[in-house]
Amino acid sequence: MVPNYPDALIARILRSVKSIAMVGASPNPARPSYFAMKYLLDKGFNIIPVNPGQAGKEILGQKVYAQISDLPAPVDMIDIFRNAEAAGPITDEAIANKDRLQLKVLWMQLGVINEEAAKRAEATGLTVIMNRCPKIEYGRLSGEIGWFGVNRRVIDNRKPFAFSQGGSLRRG
Amino acid sequence: MAEYGFDTLAVHAGAQPDPATGARITPIYQTSAYVFDNADQAAALFNLQVFGNIYSRIMNPTVAVMEERIAALEGGTAGLAAASGHAAQHLVFHTLMEPGGEFISARQLYGGSVNQFGQAFAKYDWHVRWADATEADSFARQVTDKTRAIFCESIANPGGVISDLEGIARVAEQAGVPLIVDNTLASPYLIRPIEWGAHIVVHSATKFLGGHGNSLAGAIVEAGTFDWAKSGKYPTLTDENPSYHGIRFYETFGDFAFCVAARALSLRDVGSCLAPQNAVLVLTGIETLPLRMKRHCENALAVAEWLARDQRVAWVNYAGLESHPLYPAHRKYCPKGAGSVYTFGLRGGFDAGMNLVNRVRIFSHLANIGDTRSLIIHPASTTHRQLSDEDRIKTGAGPEVVRLSVGIEDVKDLIADLDQAMG
Repeated sequence: MVPNYPDALIARILRSVKSIAMVGASPNPARPSYFAMKYLLDKGFNIIPVNPGQAGKEILGQKVYAQISDLPAPVDMIDIFRNAEAAGPITDEAIANKDRLQLKVLWMQLGVINEEAAKRAEATGLTVIMNRCPKIEYGRLSGEIGWFGVNRRVIDNRKPFAFSQGGSLRRG
Repeated sequence: MAEYGFDTLAVHAGAQPDPATGARITPIYQTSAYVFDNADQAAALFNLQVFGNIYSRIMNPTVAVMEERIAALEGGTAGLAAASGHAAQHLVFHTLMEPGGEFISARQLYGGSVNQFGQAFAKYDWHVRWADATEADSFARQVTDKTRAIFCESIANPGGVISDLEGIARVAEQAGVPLIVDNTLASPYLIRPIEWGAHIVVHSATKFLGGHGNSLAGAIVEAGTFDWAKSGKYPTLTDENPSYHGIRFYETFGDFAFCVAARALSLRDVGSCLAPQNAVLVLTGIETLPLRMKRHCENALAVAEWLARDQRVAWVNYAGLESHPLYPAHRKYCPKGAGSVYTFGLRGGFDAGMNLVNRVRIFSHLANIGDTRSLIIHPASTTHRQLSDEDRIKTGAGPEVVRLSVGIEDVKDLIADLDQAMG
């Protein structure tokens, strides 16, 4: 079953979170995780890459951590750029560090659905999003992705804020 | 997310007040290029890492509104505009095919597409096999290990044949290839092919979408439902791309990867982009698409019923008539109307056809369809003149055949015009 989320929920998350730990961030500029990290950094998010193979190095100028338990607080959201199987233990690590990091959101990337892990995370009060990309959602809800002819499924009768300032997702 | 109705989407989808000026109507961004914020942003744009505008051959903010509007009306994930319907078809196949590949097409097809598929595409070493749009099994019999796509028109030009989309989609599913549907004659008001299993929809937006015969335009819509990686048959979408530092389009863009690849590779390299002026004219047309299509279909049926009763007429090939063999298909696929393009035969043969097009005073004698104005053509003396008598009959353009595209004028005036012109 493909999960469905109201636009208002996604917009609220993208407006409120500031620090995102990206588990599975890649230093390879051709990888989707690199694209997403580059885009979200440009939009003013604080992105912390997590990748044991790259620990201590930098990706896009950001220090890479080996695992979630090494991350400095606060982290508002964990974005899982790994497959559904790997998402299980990553979710458990996120739950174990939830209070220390002041974690609010657990996000699994496009194509990643792990219902059991989602249930465990939701039981601790985390908001869970699966099978979505924060870059695409940001582009869709801000209006910017319309430049690529993408059907945003949004009708808006007001003049938007300039996209460079975050469009309709402009944060305080 | 709200599920807006079709008529609301026709007016609003893709458009919002201009971010710079507040202009309510989509401005014509008459510019070839766009300044970069800085060198880093320019690099990110060229790498497709951020969304933005580079050069109007690849994207333009006015054209983008039209792309999103049509994608929304068809219920797809994304759209891509092209200079014409033919250009749109070319971009679709350029993205899907490799040399030596095959595709299967319904033989009930716009004559221009018969040429494009059979002759122009053969120069790329892409080969078409023909099937019957009303018999899904005829497609299954043409499937080989080289098949990469199946193509048909939802309502076929010129005969008004209504294709068995559900059956053909099942064949595509079994063959593991995408179904491409040209939805020009139906428009998404009458048929939304994605709901019947199509993976890609193409349009000549010159016709009913634009609706006023004033601008050429084409469009592609992607359903977002096809798994491009499953078979390994679509390297453009799944393999590392050398011109974008090794990115894989399907992995990176997911359910709108086809349109991004068609834009960033085929449109970039083929160059058949749509002018923003034309996009605005099409957008203005689409706002009234539901009203016009309703009237087109009402008028088309009334004219067809009158023709069917007239002694000078041998036959009327309109699926909206209860006596027509495809009437059940009309009730199944497009109950709101059977379209407004169809053929009929005159008892007086070739001369009667010539006389009719010479005498009409409201119908315009020209080679187009889907205009507010009623249009008429006698294929045997014009579009199909070069063919042999035998081939003319085979393609549905025998000596007695007349094609109508019924407009939105007062129907009594249209009937009176045909009546006086048939003599």
